[in-house]
Amino acid sequence: MTQSRLPFYLIVAALVVTGLATAWARHVEMELPFTPGERRPVWLIEARVDFIATGDEVLVSLDLPDTPPGFRLHTEHATSPGYGFSVIEQAGDRRGEWSKRDAQGPQTLYYKAQLIADVPDRERDEDTSEGRAESPQPKDVFWEEPQRTAAEQLLSQAVETSSTPESLTRELIKRLNNASGDQNASLLLEETDNRSELLEKLLNQAEIPARQVMGLRLEDARRRQTLTPMVETYNGEQWVLFNSQTGAQGVPDNLVLWHRGGQSLLDVTGGTRSGVSFSMIRQTAPAEDLAVAQFADSTFALLGVQQLPIEEQSMFKLLFLLPLGALVVVFMRVMVGLKTSGTFMPVLISLAFLQTSLLPGLISFVSVVALGLMMRSYLSRLNLLLVARIATIVVLVIFLISVLSLVGYQMGFNTGMTITFFPMIIIAWTIERMSILWEEEGPHEVLIQGGGSLLVAVFAYLLMSLPLASHLSFNFPELNLVLLALIMLMGQYTGYKLSELRRFRAMGLDDARGSDS
Amino acid sequence: MKWISPWHLSRLGILGMNCRNRDFIGRYNERRLFPLVDDKLKTKLLTEEFGLASPALLFVVREQFAINRIEDSLKELDGFVVKPAKGSGGKGILVITGRRGDRFIKSSGAEIDIDEIRRHMSNTLAGLYSLGGKPDVVIVEELIEFDNIFDGYSHEGVPDIRVVVFRGYPVMAMMRLATHASDGKANLHQGAVGVGLDIATGRCLKAVQFGQPIKLHPDTHKPLDKIQVADWRALMVLASQCYEMTGLGYMGADIVLDKSRGPQVLELNARPGLSIQVANGLGLLPRLRHIESIKAGKHRTPESRVDYAVEAFAEPLPPVSETTATLAKGGKVA
Repeated sequence: MTQSRLPFYLIVAALVVTGLATAWARHVEMELPFTPGERRPVWLIEARVDFIATGDEVLVSLDLPDTPPGFRLHTEHATSPGYGFSVIEQAGDRRGEWSKRDAQGPQTLYYKAQLIADVPDRERDEDTSEGRAESPQPKDVFWEEPQRTAAEQLLSQAVETSSTPESLTRELIKRLNNASGDQNASLLLEETDNRSELLEKLLNQAEIPARQVMGLRLEDARRRQTLTPMVETYNGEQWVLFNSQTGAQGVPDNLVLWHRGGQSLLDVTGGTRSGVSFSMIRQTAPAEDLAVAQFADSTFALLGVQQLPIEEQSMFKLLFLLPLGALVVVFMRVMVGLKTSGTFMPVLISLAFLQTSLLPGLISFVSVVALGLMMRSYLSRLNLLLVARIATIVVLVIFLISVLSLVGYQMGFNTGMTITFFPMIIIAWTIERMSILWEEEGPHEVLIQGGGSLLVAVFAYLLMSLPLASHLSFNFPELNLVLLALIMLMGQYTGYKLSELRRFRAMGLDDARGSDS
Repeated sequence: MKWISPWHLSRLGILGMNCRNRDFIGRYNERRLFPLVDDKLKTKLLTEEFGLASPALLFVVREQFAINRIEDSLKELDGFVVKPAKGSGGKGILVITGRRGDRFIKSSGAEIDIDEIRRHMSNTLAGLYSLGGKPDVVIVEELIEFDNIFDGYSHEGVPDIRVVVFRGYPVMAMMRLATHASDGKANLHQGAVGVGLDIATGRCLKAVQFGQPIKLHPDTHKPLDKIQVADWRALMVLASQCYEMTGLGYMGADIVLDKSRGPQVLELNARPGLSIQVANGLGLLPRLRHIESIKAGKHRTPESRVDYAVEAFAEPLPPVSETTATLAKGGKVA
């Protein structure tokens, strides 16, 4: 007679695995946080371009960051009255272009970007794989005498004490730093004030692809910052960043690579004395919003409801909480053995509590049901047919609720209005059932079942109102599969209910007496 | 001791509600058979078809307008019982034992008039007593004349005998006695006295009220341990026959003893309660598992099944020191 339970447990295990795996995949892929209220740092960076227009057509072109390692562009916009703005991509390089037919005098243009920090490394991997596709070649370098000789000598010394592009770069930076002891180095440094440019030239001279990059050091609430020039060396596999002052290798956490090789940082046509400066503020934004905004077109986003209109979203917010309430009801009835009036009425009440908040909800629910019961006791004397009687109660409940809301409003309690969230028909049926229960089993049973229902409703409410619960159920609806598995497992429980341990307590007494005699 | 540990309960073999619902009701009772016992009218017609002893069906009221002319139907009747076909837990049962002029005498002794009966019937039709408030029909059936042996054992209500029948084998039995506290109802949780009965002999094993063992009826103070149901074997066979009639593997048969006609099936229940274990002071589970281990078709007739159950589930007589000699007269019929 006992059929194999294996398929059942397989289904349960499959549900749990599917739910958890999907949630985990979405967490990893979309960076949806598992905990509510998680915030991630976002840098608001403002680039300010100043120049004096000469009265002609103006075209300003500023290099914009694409995918700086460690960061991801969240939003960007430009504010500059009277100017047309567009973002142009050429050869994988993004530039912002402002244009105006004619402008005169001092001009200020702003470009604002929000960059999400702490982006995992894989972004960088993508970047390098791109770079690997077309291995960069060293550029031709032209020196004038006597720098040419100085550079050659410096290089030959450095090459001797190094083996890889990285170590050569470090060696060069070391020698440039120690310029007082090295004539070649001091000669070269005298000629230029841009050490990164010098390094770039030296490295290219040594047949190592190198480029100058401009990085922006992020420090909270700094204004009028400039870009720090740095050097990137191609080591045959990827670009490696070097601080041309200290020789430190790699991208520091707080550095945004704004500009990379290629074209100039800023081109201004039709203006003079141009310059660009940066201000920045560290902000935090809800990780959830960032994830939703960023991955709107990801396949994983199709599983989420965040793409729906707000109105539907709020409906789903409640809907996805229902399984949790159902779980509480199953637990309370199967494991604990609480009596409730109406199987899932408590869940509906707790959903209403979510709208009204607990105490006002409890007070208004109990008062509506109590008043309803009083009216119902009169109705029972009128000897109406059942359906008509319940319809009468529905109408009376509506009146009751309106009166209570109005009284509450006049007395200055806005909470009075929240009663309307209770499902009227459910209340009417509750009143009818309670009333019959009262007549047949007495007020004691009404208290037991009513109290049980309220207790279950309050438990369900407390669980559902946890920020974590609503966060998880809304952002990871697939976790409800795990709840489903739990509910199904409890459906297999054949052990005793908690209430039965009390119901059968006399059996133990009897047994003890029996063994005594 | 206010609680009992689950291990202790399972050692006693107590059947819990979850286990009953899943392992017995869910496994042995086909859903489509439920209406046969949930609708008392169907049960009634079925018992008549199978020729099982049962209080005769007098008439059925299906429509509201029929209630207006109900006195015509009641004219010939002295005592009768009005029941909802789909009532549960004894709700909505009106027992009229006789008449005084125009008025009817209820089993409690109170007098009511015809309008009260009309209202009761109207409520029943509207579904007041049915599960989920569904529209119902009214059954009017013959009044049982209780066997005199129950005199003084029941307050107002009907002393009936509940037999749990599993795969056609009677496994446990108890008598339910209404008390003043239970307001004439036979439900244990409302304060009725439950008397556990020996499957072999029909003698009292134990009596409880509100879960506590008692010796005397709380209203009449008659000693409960003297109870010995007459016609016991016939009663067991009748309960066992209900299995063939309904096909329900796990059910409860409620049987009453009529003074002249002997055991009568009052109603059947597809979800017999668990309180029978408290009344008997015994767990159902070992007996159910025992029956489960019997090969299907081993005992084909109700009589052979009763014989088997009597053999298997007879309780030993209590030690003489603790009981009176009169109690022993039941003896063991095995």
